[in-house]
Amino acid sequence: MKKIVLMIVASVLVFGCNNDDNNPQPTPNATVEFTFTHNWDGDVIENSDFDLLQYFNANGEQMSISKLVYLISDVTFTNLSTAVSYDAGDYNLINVREGTNLTFTPDIEIPEGEYLVTFTFGFDDEDNQDGIYPDLNSADGGWNVPMALGGGYHYMRLEGKFVDNTSAQANYAYHTIRANDNTTTPITLQDTSFEVSLGQVTVGSSTSVEVKMNVAEWFRSPNQWDLNQLNTVLMPNFDAQIMMYENGSTFNGSTGVFSKGTVTQ
Amino acid sequence: MKRSLAYIALCCLLVVSCTTDQDDNTDGYTATPLELNIPPLFAEKILPPVIPEDNPQSVEGVTLGRKLFFDKKLSADNTLACAGCHSPASAFSDPRQFSVGIDGTAGTRNSMPLFNLAWNYNELFFWDGRAASIENQALFPVIDPIEMHNTWPEAVNTLQADPEYPALFEAAFGTQNIDSTLVTKAIAQFVRTLISGNSKFDRYLAGTEQLTQSELNGLNVFLDENRGDCFHCHGNPNNPLWTDNIFHNNGLDETHIDRGRGAVTGDPREFGTFKTPSLRNLAYTAPYMHDGRFNTIDEVIDHYSEGLVYSETIDPLMKKVDEGGVGLTPEDKADLKAFLLTLSDPSFISNPDFQDPN
Ligand code: HEC
Ligand code: HEC
Repeated sequence: MKKIVLMIVASVLVFGCNNDDNNPQPTPNATVEFTFTHNWDGDVIENSDFDLLQYFNANGEQMSISKLVYLISDVTFTNLSTAVSYDAGDYNLINVREGTNLTFTPDIEIPEGEYLVTFTFGFDDEDNQDGIYPDLNSADGGWNVPMALGGGYHYMRLEGKFVDNTSAQANYAYHTIRANDNTTTPITLQDTSFEVSLGQVTVGSSTSVEVKMNVAEWFRSPNQWDLNQLNTVLMPNFDAQIMMYENGSTFNGSTGVFSKGTVTQ
Repeated sequence: MKRSLAYIALCCLLVVSCTTDQDDNTDGYTATPLELNIPPLFAEKILPPVIPEDNPQSVEGVTLGRKLFFDKKLSADNTLACAGCHSPASAFSDPRQFSVGIDGTAGTRNSMPLFNLAWNYNELFFWDGRAASIENQALFPVIDPIEMHNTWPEAVNTLQADPEYPALFEAAFGTQNIDSTLVTKAIAQFVRTLISGNSKFDRYLAGTEQLTQSELNGLNVFLDENRGDCFHCHGNPNNPLWTDNIFHNNGLDETHIDRGRGAVTGDPREFGTFKTPSLRNLAYTAPYMHDGRFNTIDEVIDHYSEGLVYSETIDPLMKKVDEGGVGLTPEDKADLKAFLLTLSDPSFISNPDFQDPN
């Protein structure tokens, strides 16, 4: 994959040199760093915020976050003047509470310039192959999804407690994976990873892009999430996975959980 | 893909560890390198084991470490070896609820089985994670007043005065000058060789053995969020460790006499959390839990099925806590137990390389 991209890049460069001697082509020598920050409607989420029943979701439930671990992959840079796309094809597993992998530099060098930057939340089906990534099999006791649910990997594990409609504390585990219905034969699978666009970014010699996740959005729109109804056992729940996908992405014009924060050069 | 990245990182690590070997404090002495006997499934599925740069595995180091592990001389009155609370027949755990130290004092936690510890990537050892490496861990029991109740200077003197040990240290580390660092390095090398990867379930994954219908259903219970949902903490067929090595409160108590991880970090959010144990070798490691409160696997399953109790730090993965759990059917319980037992590895406890050499 990566090699193909590089070959395309190389041929574009050769082509470019032959045809435009006055305009020397930039060399692909810039890497781009991403930093991941997390907030609840603007309030920064740090280690000390975990396990506190301090958030209210759109449906009005008081809730806490005790775990937030998620996977992003295929950060793609599309050059706005050459239309060439660059994708290192790698991935990053972010553990917010532990503060691991909060910065990530995709393993690819690109020419400086103006880019459209996108990434995938989770793994698309091409990458979501069962058991093939030793680091993910080793992470968090195994980042895998059981074969009975279609195999592959989790996209996100968001867990915590909420005050239910009997005023008791209850647990939730908002795990996002590929939607699956194993009551059919063969199992019905639907890729619920989604592409996130960070819009236009100027890439210079040392560019850093902040990616913000507003966790409240997972519970807001287009589906106002009722934790009393949907709290645990969400992995085998096809419809719940579709709703998570819709809330996380910019489906139907909704805000989505991700946005571009500060870009520094 | 990141996989290749991991391999590159691994290669760098190897290069780094090779270079540092040379400027070791032992004047360039190198013992005979020894590769860990990594099961093919581990090599395929998970990241390589953690071996510190300054303590590479060697034939002589492991031989020495094994001798030390089984030697009562490390204790103050020559009556108790590491193996006294970590016996091979119990997958290097202790069948007693609480082990008893040299002064006859019992501890308050159940001994832990020792296998596959080189794959504890977080490198936090003990039920509460208070030791930061296998080497570091080995410092504790020797001086623990309710265990071997020795002092390190005394233990080192004993070994130094012994007719055999100085030569063994020379062979392992290139020096006859024994100290606690070298003692714990040798023990750690032996502990890293304690690898268990040949259970019925491993052979099932390798395609050389079949599981019964009951065992297969038990695996489904284990992996089903509606029923067992054990895999989020205890691993899955792609993770042969069968633990996440992370600290959780799995709903044992309303109040925590033993604060576990929380007592080490001081963080109330971790009160009553303990390191998830591996589910390998349960056939040999009873009793169960940090305080050895359950004598049988059935009691453990009953706990998860209907015995959960609420406390503030209980893990969100514990379901229907107000009802005590999800309430497994008798059949699912029996099948779950049958599956768990496929993770036990008789060839581990009978491995001749792991028995008392003395
Ligand atoms: C008196 C009994 C006793 C003796 C002797 C003893 N241990 Fe232990 N060991 C225990 C107990 C109990 C624990 C769990 C203690 C805790 O978590 O606080 C433990 C835990 C461990 C662990 C942690 C395993 C893990 O997965 O985190 C290792 C490693 C270990 N012992 C190695 C040794 C070595 C090496 C020696 C000899 C130098 C030794 N032990 C001597 C009782 C003993
Ligand atoms: C939230 C994480 C989590 C889940 C889910 C979980 N466990 Fe555990 N398990 C633990 C922890 C932590 C311990 C140790 C607790 C202690 O000693 O205080 C443990 C202990 C055990 C033990 C005792 C092992 C020993 O050597 O003492 C067994 C057996 C076990 N679990 C089986 C299961 C089964 C079967 C399931 C599913 C029904 C399950 N667990 C679900 C975290 C979990």
